[in-house]
Amino acid sequence: MSGSYFQRDRDWHPPALTPSYKTSILRSPRQALLSLPTSHSEETGPVFGHDILGPLDNDLIRNFAKDGAEAIGQRIVVYGRVLDEAGRPVRGALLEVWQANAGGRYRHKKESYLAALDPNFGGCGRAITDEEGRYSFRTVKPGAYPWPNGVNDWRPAHIHFSVFGHAFAQRLITQMYFEGDPMIWQCPIVRTIPDAAAIEQLVAALDRHATIPMDSLAYKFDIVLRGRRSTMFENRMEGN
Amino acid sequence: MVQRLDYLKESPSQTAGPYVHIGTNPNWVEITGVWRDDLGLVLAGPETKGERVILEGRVLDGAGNPVRDALIEIWQADADGLHNAPAETRGAADPAFAGWGRQPVSEADGTFRFETIRPGRVPWPDGRLQAPHVTVWIVARGINLGLHTRLYFGDEQQANAADPLLNRIPEPARRATLVAPRTSRDGLPVFTFDIRLQGEAETVFLDM
Repeated sequence: MSGSYFQRDRDWHPPALTPSYKTSILRSPRQALLSLPTSHSEETGPVFGHDILGPLDNDLIRNFAKDGAEAIGQRIVVYGRVLDEAGRPVRGALLEVWQANAGGRYRHKKESYLAALDPNFGGCGRAITDEEGRYSFRTVKPGAYPWPNGVNDWRPAHIHFSVFGHAFAQRLITQMYFEGDPMIWQCPIVRTIPDAAAIEQLVAALDRHATIPMDSLAYKFDIVLRGRRSTMFENRMEGN
Repeated sequence: MVQRLDYLKESPSQTAGPYVHIGTNPNWVEITGVWRDDLGLVLAGPETKGERVILEGRVLDGAGNPVRDALIEIWQADADGLHNAPAETRGAADPAFAGWGRQPVSEADGTFRFETIRPGRVPWPDGRLQAPHVTVWIVARGINLGLHTRLYFGDEQQANAADPLLNRIPEPARRATLVAPRTSRDGLPVFTFDIRLQGEAETVFLDM
């Protein structure tokens, strides 16, 4: 084993209690968290092999579509790297994504928004990072959708990301937003994050160099997981 | 100016939202045909070494209402206290035990259930053995950053009394929130772990 994981900066993450996001009021602990160094139990975690992936798992345009059909919407590629806080690539990280369709409608039985389902869009995908921590998805840009929080609250276009690094201590779920969307700065869920620089870390940049001409626009979204202390003064030099 | 430390910042968390299962358990929400099986539903198979146990419970909000849209993940050692992970350097874990499980809570009453094995003991950083435990992670609508906690086993009184983590909880009365009482059903030990997010008997959550 190498050292424990870097302490999480809980002033960078959203706090638990963020009353403008109403559901957090009854779902946030009132007691302080118990802080301890990570042990083996948190410094290990499940790692998934590429053998779990099917050929269309990272292609949301086609992975739910009927034969020969494709999802409707603005075609995009979402790509990036998974790194740790020390800047090292996290290889073999499993990313799971989910999103609404181009009209802002989720394929979920509890969703009742009037925008139509797309019969050729499921909304889920997954990928595993390569040796340099890279991943990519192909999908349609999700639409904004209204939600019952304030009287007239709308979520900006977003894609949910669930990330498994190498340790359970790194487990993270977050959301990706799109450059230039004016609703990012109005959203009570985005604004659970106190620091504007932290919010900007979740905004994917339009990358004209990575577009596929006459096919898809591209957005770059890098993800950073917790780093790990090096054990410089132990006998076995690992990390760094 | 001093030299710059060129660390990156961790990507900030956001809530998993009410539709987390589209991405984690698509078959469970009837998005079928994308991949065959949802990950994490089965921990222990017939080849897995160790004592079979059932872990079950509910997630409750600050008003005592069941949280009906939570997702629970667990991570634990095998029967010998080894993790099935590349970062495990103490020996080879049981290849027939993944050690990781994931379950949505039931939409009816917020209950979850894992069929697994009792984990062996895992060392604390100073070398002392921890009591057998399962790491638990909870995400849901309204939870901005996934909550870490641990389940300890109610029939391990002696090990629990000496556990380094339990002994770091400043209020002894709160230690009980991490210890799942044992009952039995159909000849199998059942450990009941209710997770109270807020208020009376609030579960101890960890910053690890």
